[in-house]
Amino acid sequence: MSAALRFVKHHALTAYVLLAFAYLLVPIAVVIMFSFNNPRGRFNYTWEGFTLDNWRHWDAVPGLKSAIFLSLEVAALTSIAATALGTLIALALVRYGFRGRGATNLLIFLPMSAPEIVLGASLLTLFLSMSVMPSLGFGTILIAHVMFSISYVVVTVKARLIGFDRHLEEAAMDLGANEWTTFRKVTLPLIAPAILAGALLVFALSVDDFVITNFVAGSKVTFPLFVWGAARVGAPPQVNVIGSAIFVIALAIMVVNVLVQIRRRPTVQPA
Amino acid sequence: MAEAAGSLSAAPARAGTGSLLHRHRRLTPYLLLAPGLAFLALFFLVPIGFLGYQSLETQNPIDFSNSFTWAWHNYADALSGYDSQLIRSFEYAAIATAIALLLSYPLAYWIAFRGGRWKNLFLLMIIAPFFVTYLIRTLAWETILADQGPVVHFLRFAHLINVVGQNDRLLATPTAVVAGITYNFLPFMALPLYVALEQIDQRLIEAAQDLYSNKARAFLHVTLPLSMPGVIAGTLLTFIPAAGDFINAQLLGTPGQYMIGNVIQSKFLELTDYPAAASLSLLLMAVILALVAVYVRVLGTEKLTG
Repeated sequence: MSAALRFVKHHALTAYVLLAFAYLLVPIAVVIMFSFNNPRGRFNYTWEGFTLDNWRHWDAVPGLKSAIFLSLEVAALTSIAATALGTLIALALVRYGFRGRGATNLLIFLPMSAPEIVLGASLLTLFLSMSVMPSLGFGTILIAHVMFSISYVVVTVKARLIGFDRHLEEAAMDLGANEWTTFRKVTLPLIAPAILAGALLVFALSVDDFVITNFVAGSKVTFPLFVWGAARVGAPPQVNVIGSAIFVIALAIMVVNVLVQIRRRPTVQPA
Repeated sequence: MAEAAGSLSAAPARAGTGSLLHRHRRLTPYLLLAPGLAFLALFFLVPIGFLGYQSLETQNPIDFSNSFTWAWHNYADALSGYDSQLIRSFEYAAIATAIALLLSYPLAYWIAFRGGRWKNLFLLMIIAPFFVTYLIRTLAWETILADQGPVVHFLRFAHLINVVGQNDRLLATPTAVVAGITYNFLPFMALPLYVALEQIDQRLIEAAQDLYSNKARAFLHVTLPLSMPGVIAGTLLTFIPAAGDFINAQLLGTPGQYMIGNVIQSKFLELTDYPAAASLSLLLMAVILALVAVYVRVLGTEKLTG
């Protein structure tokens, strides 16, 4: 085998991986780059010059600011509600034997496996057919977001509870703590990272959701709905500014998380 | 399960601590489950039931009011009227899933076996697209594939534009829509693949090589079979949202590339033809549930939910 061929063979996988990473990251670079674009017309598709104006006047587009605030408000409330409901379900599933486990697992799994469009459509039919339901708007958006988020919290918290040393709780109880005290002082702090992870995941899912929200929002406009409306007539560069900002914030949170994990882990890993 | 039930009660019972949970231990799981499951029942199961009810209604052509008539023909009408969009949805979803698998497997493999201590950072790069709003990253593809963009220029230069696209364009072709779908759901493929590959005991692969298997055979007979749970999970997690998607077809395609999701969404939100939209939604759901049933058979519900 010639040296060149050997070189290619040896590095083929690495080259492929580099290309795959490029494929993943180039569109993100495009989003960030075009947030600095200075388009002459209303279409932000071709590069026409660098400017900081879009970042400086990020709220210059009518409706954008209120859409962002609505999204943040919905996401915060959804996080709280879905995390509480999901954590309780996860505790029940891991800690207790009860009838109907299989059915419960199925009910948790189904919302994650149903196509979003079906979830949105079915909620819309419910809201329209039942007069006791709130009319389309903030309340229905919130209900929809909590509905599709609960399962993700259950999965996240469950994973942590399964890999959890039960002896710690038993020790607390042996030392005289009752169940509630044990939960508060031992269980909760130990599963707190998973609860936080679940809450952050829900926040991200909620801020990003378009399909379901589009069905139940009525006349309310969240950030993704704003982008959708703007895309029909040519999205302004401010949309890229907000997209980039969300990206940078999410990335910062994740990088901190990864760095903490790397530092905590011993440098020499068992083979 | 029985073990899980036993361990809390195995701790010495302390009579008289007095909490409600304590006295009704057998009730505890139900009390924990009740609020969340009630919410899911009311806002997930009941709405699906309403959707079923609505799918059997007939719309009055004069005042567009709907009345329940056991109109099973709605399903036949939906199938015959939108068969091309339905088939296209599963076709695009299948192609996108296959491409995503081919792209992510080497990537996940490389991170799992060669990632070293930077594994988590590489994983972060895989999920990075999720940090950009779905609609915005799809719009970025619109920019990348635009008629004046670099990709189209290169393909024109290489005389490949009408092989990959149509009419000297990439936008408004099936290629653009499939590319968008592949990109948007790729992390759903790569993550389960990584998890499955990461769990493989390296010594099994070494053993195969010690027994004179070459690298290719060791991969085919050891690594690949052991990573199958990841392949199955990844393909379904990619295929399901891809089949129901309408955003890529809307932003990167034309009505010639519309999928079943486009039909459902316009029937619900623009035409308000609820019976037809409801029967289409349930048809989509039924096909997808059939796939999930296979998935549950293979892996079991416990593994599915973590």
